Amino acid sequence: MRVVRHGVSSLIVMLWLVLIGTSAAQAQDIESALSGFTADSFADTDSAVGAVARSGSPLAIPVIEALQEGRLLFSTQQKRVYVRDRTGAVLDAATGKPAAAVPTDLSPVRLNNRVRRAIDAALGGLTLLSPDPGRRLDAARAVFKSKDPNAIEALVAAIKKETNPNIRQALIEAHAAVVLFKPDASEAEKIEAVAVMRQRGDQDALGLLSSLPEGTPDGVKRTAQDAIAAIQTNLAMWSGVQNVWYGLSLGSVLLLAAIGLAITFGVMGVINMAHGEMVMLGAYTTFVVQELIRAHNPALFDYSLPIAIPLAFIVAGAVGILIERGVIRFLYGRPLETLLATWGISLILQQTVRTVFGPTNKDVGNPSWMSGAFEVGYITITYNRLWIIVFTMTIFLLLLAMLRFTHLGLEMRAVTQNRAMAASMGIRTSRVDALTFGLGSGIAGLAGVALSQIDNVSPNLGQGYIIDSFMVVVFGGVGNLWGTLVGAFTLGIANKFLEPYAGAVLAKIAILVLIILFIQKRPRGLFALKGRAIEA
Amino acid sequence: MTPFPLTRALDRGAVVFIALLAAIAIIVPALNLLTPPSSPFHVSTYYVALFGKYICYALLALSIDLIWGYCGILSLGHGAFFALGGYAMGMYLMRQIGGRGVYANPILPDFMVFLNWSELPLYWYGFQSFPYAMLMVLLVPGALAFVFGWFAFRSRVTGVYLSIITQALTFALMLAFFRNNFGFGGNNGLTDFKDILGFNVQAQGTRAALFATSALALILGFVICRVIVTSKLGKVLIAIRDAETRTRFLGYRVESYKLFVFTLSACMAGVAGALYVPQVGIINPSEFSPANSIEAVIWVAVGGRGTLVGAALGAFVVNYAKTVFTSGMLAPYWLFLLGGMFVAVTLFLPRGIVGTANYFMERRRENHRAQASAAAESAAAEDGVAAPAPRPAE
Repeated sequence: MRVVRHGVSSLIVMLWLVLIGTSAAQAQDIESALSGFTADSFADTDSAVGAVARSGSPLAIPVIEALQEGRLLFSTQQKRVYVRDRTGAVLDAATGKPAAAVPTDLSPVRLNNRVRRAIDAALGGLTLLSPDPGRRLDAARAVFKSKDPNAIEALVAAIKKETNPNIRQALIEAHAAVVLFKPDASEAEKIEAVAVMRQRGDQDALGLLSSLPEGTPDGVKRTAQDAIAAIQTNLAMWSGVQNVWYGLSLGSVLLLAAIGLAITFGVMGVINMAHGEMVMLGAYTTFVVQELIRAHNPALFDYSLPIAIPLAFIVAGAVGILIERGVIRFLYGRPLETLLATWGISLILQQTVRTVFGPTNKDVGNPSWMSGAFEVGYITITYNRLWIIVFTMTIFLLLLAMLRFTHLGLEMRAVTQNRAMAASMGIRTSRVDALTFGLGSGIAGLAGVALSQIDNVSPNLGQGYIIDSFMVVVFGGVGNLWGTLVGAFTLGIANKFLEPYAGAVLAKIAILVLIILFIQKRPRGLFALKGRAIEA
Repeated sequence: MTPFPLTRALDRGAVVFIALLAAIAIIVPALNLLTPPSSPFHVSTYYVALFGKYICYALLALSIDLIWGYCGILSLGHGAFFALGGYAMGMYLMRQIGGRGVYANPILPDFMVFLNWSELPLYWYGFQSFPYAMLMVLLVPGALAFVFGWFAFRSRVTGVYLSIITQALTFALMLAFFRNNFGFGGNNGLTDFKDILGFNVQAQGTRAALFATSALALILGFVICRVIVTSKLGKVLIAIRDAETRTRFLGYRVESYKLFVFTLSACMAGVAGALYVPQVGIINPSEFSPANSIEAVIWVAVGGRGTLVGAALGAFVVNYAKTVFTSGMLAPYWLFLLGGMFVAVTLFLPRGIVGTANYFMERRRENHRAQASAAAESAAAEDGVAAPAPRPAE
């Protein structure tokens, strides 16, 4: 037994030997195969690569790898091929032993793209049995792409041997791909291969099935057509699922931004144009918390968001109460003036933040548990989006519970339904106003913490969301949080479904137009408060 | 006996305002053209263009005051109508460039050549003709306002809902006009204008003429607004502002009144935009930005809503302050001032400058009358004659 005891490949080679065994015939084969490299023509090199790979010799892998890395040398005079290993020693390619006498006219075997493709295919076939699972998987994928018919025996052997179900599946798919492109495979084999592709069902399988070579039997073509149709339906469904997911993600952001606006509008009948700036304050609070953590205790970085959440709520809520007490309560009953005054406040807040923190985007980092992604079916789900949906729903449910079970919630609902009557019953409406405004602003601050993870933190952060949040409130109606929820998710999902057809900007325009039309039918939104007042 | 509408519309204050504007329309261009730059009375071309811009803003403010001050419709999207009028004018000016553009294409504006468009889009046809372009200046904003208002007022969208929807309208238009394939120059908008009616837009004389035209347009707009608000129609509008439901119950078709005044106001804003574009030399999608529209509302609030004169005055005052602030070292503080203005005016000066002045003048007149009647009364008492029961001043 001859074993090449050098380099990385020795182990692979041993395995190869155990599996297939060696014989003198193989030595003969590799000798003759190697002679192709001495001709110094690309066509001969190309066929030699295939011949070496087919030889089954344990030396095949090191030789082809050497070729790939430009370490395969040949001597024109001696018509022999040598390998320079990674240490610089020159070995005889046919035996794997150090060359007795190194010829003087050695020159490397030249490569072109065609030869490189042949090398990739050959190595793909040869490394199918590598002990490293990652390498085996890569090899299977390489064969799937190259569809090299020479790899078929290696594939069959590897499938028998493989225990890892994922790699086994990849090998079976690679085998099917090779069969489909192999002219001499039987029709039954090909039909089976089509079934495998149909099972795989992704874009690659689709591409492969729709580019079947000339001379494929008609029966196979028909099955392939069916499979293509099935895969397309399946993929369309998945892209639908993906749109829904993106829509939910966008919707949760909208909900987060709009929910505070909805309760203040519901209770007080005023629109807070500075609402977006509360979101911005929340994001900047997160930024400050992270900066402090970075400066004083970097180990706590993963906890920066849980720390920032209550702080953002307090900062934004306090500013909100300040605005209500300082400005809005003097404008009671004049909603349009409130609109203008809060717009003025938003300008002041923006400019303040711009003066303090500068006009550029601030870098807010993702904690480790918020970065990364995982795959479900054919869609990728990123952790930050997932967490934001969870966070939004938590806030929504908490707010719902607060409105339903607490005293303040009861008072807020009463004032929303009928302010005058609530006041007559002894509810201090001005206190409810202030607290509602603080609560709404605080929730906007929480939205800022979430948005800092997916958006640029700049003084203009809030402005980007303000119109969208209004649309959600207008669409969903006031006085019922479920309306806001349905409104936010409907708009989010509708937006994402329109985007592939119309592009992001046109989708947004279409949504705005649709809302304007929707208002015709239901001027008070989806979930309007029922009441007898003619001017609600 | 009802007086002729025009004489009823033009009370003393209105006549003074018109006379002032007419004087400005004549004197400023005259000082610019006829005096040498060294003269202390010379008004530089820069100031002509600047004040011309303010006059366009004043016309926009007037159009907002007509619907907000007299009908209670707070539009946060009037900048859209202004910009649409501006784009219509811009399209005319673009077509006038002809073969003098960078790519020297006699038909296509430069940006279309740049985008590899082979022919003029259908909606650009006709804009080489000035009368057609002027018709579009009125028609496009008017039609948009009519369709939008028809939908909005018919389903009784009022108050903040309407304000927000108008803001969404201008936001949507801004997004649309930012797109290159929309055919209005995308991000860069329309610029590099050469001629208007055969005169070079950069020339001193053209600028002076544009200034005078803008002032005339403002006078005309003011007269139209005055005629409307002093007519019976105007009284209904004020009734709608103060008690919409009651007006409806009295049998007035509130939607129709609102729709009429909203559409008219949009046309006025369009004219303002059309006069604005040749004077500043560019129109781009940022004119549609919601912030611009809200800023225009604050001009009206500062000057005094429901006074018309105040709207124009507010546009001058606020914009002059903006020019002063943003061109000096105080630039970073302009937004503080503007924001503070929004808050302060709504809190402390809800009537605006002109409204407050009117209010105090009215109060003084009433005091005078009360004093006069009190004096007459005491004089009568001294005479020992039984004074008639004092009647409060009407």
